[in-house]
Amino acid sequence: MRPTSDVVIVGAGSVGLPTAYFLAQEGFRVTVFDPEASGGRGENRAAIGGIRATFSDRAKIAVCQESLDLVAGWEARTGDPVGWRQGGYVFVAYDPAVADTLKGLLDSQKAFGLGIDWLDAEALLEVAPGLSRAGLLGGTFSPGDGSASPLLCAWSYRKQAAMRGVDFHFHEPVTAIRIEGGRVVGVETPLGRWDAPVVLVAAGAAAARVGRLAGLELPVVPDSHEAGITEPVARFLEPMIVDVRPQPGSRNFYYYQNAEGQVVFCITPDPSIVGEDRRSTSAFLPLVARRMVAVEPALALLKVRRTWRGLYPMTPDGAPLVGPAPGVPGLVLAVGMCGQGFMIGPGLGALLTRLVADRTTERDREVLQDWRPDRPFGAMEALR
Amino acid sequence: MNEHRVGEHPILPPPEQQADVPFTWNGQPLLARPGEVISSALFAAGIHTFGHHPRDNAPLGIFCANGQCAQCTVVADGVAVKACMTPVRPGMVVSSCDRHPDLPAVAEIPPIGDNHVTRVDVLVVGAGPAGLSAAVELGRRGIAVLVVDDKDRPGGKLVLQTHKFFGSIEDTRAGTRGIDLARALADEAAALPSVETWLEATAVGVFSDGRVGVVKQNRYHVVEPSVLLLAAGAREKQLPFPGHTLPGVYGAGAFQTLLNRDGVRPCRRLFVLGGGNVGLIAAYHAIQADIEVVGLVEALPRVGGYEVHADKIRRLGVPIYLSHTVVAVHGESGVEAVTIAEVDRRFRPVPGTERTFEVDTVLVAVGLSPLDEFARQAHEFGIPVFSAGDAAEIAEASAATFGGRIAALEVARHLGLTTEEVPEAWREKLEVLKARPGPLVPLDETPPEGLRVYPVIRCSQEIPCNPCATVCPKGAITMRGDPILGMPRFSGTCSGCSLCVAICPGLAITLVDARKDPEFPLVTIPFEQRPDHVPVGALVPCTDSSGQDLGVFPVVDVRNKPFQNRTLLVRVQVPRALAHRVAGIRVQDPVALAPVAHRDATELPDEVVICRCEHVTAGEIRGAIRSGVRDMAEMKSQLRVCMGACCGKNCPELIERIFREEGVEASSVTPPTLRPLFVEVPLGVFAAGEDEP
Repeated sequence: MRPTSDVVIVGAGSVGLPTAYFLAQEGFRVTVFDPEASGGRGENRAAIGGIRATFSDRAKIAVCQESLDLVAGWEARTGDPVGWRQGGYVFVAYDPAVADTLKGLLDSQKAFGLGIDWLDAEALLEVAPGLSRAGLLGGTFSPGDGSASPLLCAWSYRKQAAMRGVDFHFHEPVTAIRIEGGRVVGVETPLGRWDAPVVLVAAGAAAARVGRLAGLELPVVPDSHEAGITEPVARFLEPMIVDVRPQPGSRNFYYYQNAEGQVVFCITPDPSIVGEDRRSTSAFLPLVARRMVAVEPALALLKVRRTWRGLYPMTPDGAPLVGPAPGVPGLVLAVGMCGQGFMIGPGLGALLTRLVADRTTERDREVLQDWRPDRPFGAMEALR
Repeated sequence: MNEHRVGEHPILPPPEQQADVPFTWNGQPLLARPGEVISSALFAAGIHTFGHHPRDNAPLGIFCANGQCAQCTVVADGVAVKACMTPVRPGMVVSSCDRHPDLPAVAEIPPIGDNHVTRVDVLVVGAGPAGLSAAVELGRRGIAVLVVDDKDRPGGKLVLQTHKFFGSIEDTRAGTRGIDLARALADEAAALPSVETWLEATAVGVFSDGRVGVVKQNRYHVVEPSVLLLAAGAREKQLPFPGHTLPGVYGAGAFQTLLNRDGVRPCRRLFVLGGGNVGLIAAYHAIQADIEVVGLVEALPRVGGYEVHADKIRRLGVPIYLSHTVVAVHGESGVEAVTIAEVDRRFRPVPGTERTFEVDTVLVAVGLSPLDEFARQAHEFGIPVFSAGDAAEIAEASAATFGGRIAALEVARHLGLTTEEVPEAWREKLEVLKARPGPLVPLDETPPEGLRVYPVIRCSQEIPCNPCATVCPKGAITMRGDPILGMPRFSGTCSGCSLCVAICPGLAITLVDARKDPEFPLVTIPFEQRPDHVPVGALVPCTDSSGQDLGVFPVVDVRNKPFQNRTLLVRVQVPRALAHRVAGIRVQDPVALAPVAHRDATELPDEVVICRCEHVTAGEIRGAIRSGVRDMAEMKSQLRVCMGACCGKNCPELIERIFREEGVEASSVTPPTLRPLFVEVPLGVFAAGEDEP
């Protein structure tokens, strides 16, 4: 008899792992395939760990609010520490254009239920005392946002999923998505065929390649960002600091102090570096260090321990492609996370489980409407 | 005189500068020598515990004293630094690192500057014997070379070596001391116009765009070489046992750095783990600085290093315990005692054979690993990379010197700047210099007939060394077999000049002279310890080649002429029957080295710390392996191994060993990913670029 599951998940990463957990929690038999040696070895471990609901897009706000609730309660739910800290997010404004953009989004963000406000410079320095005062106009603060360790989260999702019967196949890429009679019936790997009425693609940066196995041309193109981590120091910083001022060489950058006391930082290069090259470059450290010490001078004293490069699987409008694949019944897409898979993953995993179980909520249906894979692509999300 | 400073030394010159740089340690006023690193200044004040680990509050001290781990982290002027790499500045406020340090408040935006890219034909990483000789060879051909080294003086580990080196005089300056070899090589390199050397310059990362990040005296430089030549040397291996992370258990290289570079006497009573050349030499250096060496263990049934090195310390009175290992080090805040045990053929301790010795320091000298992560990452990135010296293959400094020359020619050929072939004879010679010591050959115990003066050569195995044959004015010493590797033999006549006695790096030659008194001949013994051990007229304990006592005999005279190159020639008068056997003078008192009541190992092996940075134990790692972890990335995620301040350089080898112990094949384990940086660097250094930070 051929091995059978209720759901096959392609990809054991930021999205695939929590989705496997929630599906198994609901009693589904789940099999996960991944070409890598263990869970979270793609972009999950390149994530810096921020989890925010501070977006301009209502679907991201909704899904990430659920992620925040899930990650905040994860240790209580499972007993596994994941380095969760509710430090909030600060978007700093050192020039009027940024201040105007941030203020202009506040009304709609509040309307979507986001706890966020504008703080003037003095009030902002209460939240982040190390910020450079020179030219600081203020910024937004969303205290409900936070951070967790992507490494610990991935490990815990995997462990908890395995405890609930999820069957993980590492070093085993999916080489074909089997379609019979116009609908998905399973997958094929170098080791054989698997039957499943539902195949969920959570393939991260490899989404376009996996989509082609089902005859789909998914508009997911990875570009790369570089990140780094410092030595640990005593707590000096609570929120994530985001600076969205464009400067030569970079669009924005952000940093925070994680639960271990280490500062994790990342920069968005300008122009984008399209492709799947994850090898570190000599340009990154000087570029990011100059921006960081200008915003928070004391960071100059912190020693960098390690750097890495990760991929942002981008879509044309900066929002994910989620839901039933057009024209391929049984195939569900959860791709194009645009570098936010770690924060979208848990909420999305819960939502996809409700989708598979056929009990979506009104809000889920709004998200699925906004993120449907065959939507027309409009303007880029403002706070992506 | 400070008891923690080396006083009169038989080889090293007295320090040029007094300790007059004031600084404080946890509020206590102390003095350092100008330019001295914090760790040495603290050891000179008798301070060995530099902090406590935030995870388990275990005391921490030095381990490598070479910038390769971060065990010695202290807080200096508010910032966490490696004590072994940070010079004391006048007025510096230094405190122990007992938790994550506070980040000082800074109001002013620090300097922000630019980097230009330094382009060079060859970037040589490491100014040790391999790197310097490669630079010389390249410089002689006019090729633009930049040599970077993280220390403040060139020479690499040569600057720690007070003993004479092996090899041949013509190829590797055999018979020259390491400290002198370092100076000679550095002078040669400095005289070449196309060779530039950056000191206090650490290569911190190699990047996919072909560039190398170098932090030189706190400024960040980006270097783009056509070819990278790695000659960064080696890292000391670790051996985990209960107590191995206590302050006072550290590498033999760290010990030599404290002692021979910085003139600090770090301990009183020492035990050495490992009978390779590094351990044997460290024991020898210790006695030169008046440190008692209580014993040395080697797990194999014979020493791994040169037998002549082993014999040197045996004759001075160091017990060498073969087929033994250290099973535990005892102490609360530092080392109080060590327990050793015999091992079986599979290197497992035999119960009931334990012996405990009171010591204050245990040196770990269980081998070296090539510092090759740079080369591996460069190779991954498609950058042309060559390696020489220990970074390529662990061997003696003489091999590194010669190997550097060969690598230089290969680099020059790669660049198309020479058409010279590497002579086949060079490659053959390198193989000779790299040769492992040969099997032991019994010494000829019969005196030559009819000679009243003659040398006794106690070279009992093939090693690459022949200066005795080169210096003999009568040509009476010849090499049997290979001209370098073969065994020296005396035949013919002897003038009694004692050149061979003075030059032999192994101190394995004595001279018997019965011309004056046939019944009580004079025996000339080479001696590299303090002269007050051998006052003229005193009775000194003489030993045979392997350290067996032969009796006490009078010192007739002690000579120290320039040709002896600081090797004292001590003449003792002994009975005729023993003259051929007397080989050395014991300086250690066996009674003082005896074991004390045996102590049990108090900790379980599961509690032994494997990852020094994050204090992850063997038990935690075993648990992960038993739960199915086969991916080092997953092990990192769960346990934080390879994520600490050493930048993941030190524990992978030990974790590999636990995988093996658990019966997991190496091929089924996915290795960790190499990433920049290899050494932690402050963000401000990257921000400031090449401008004044």
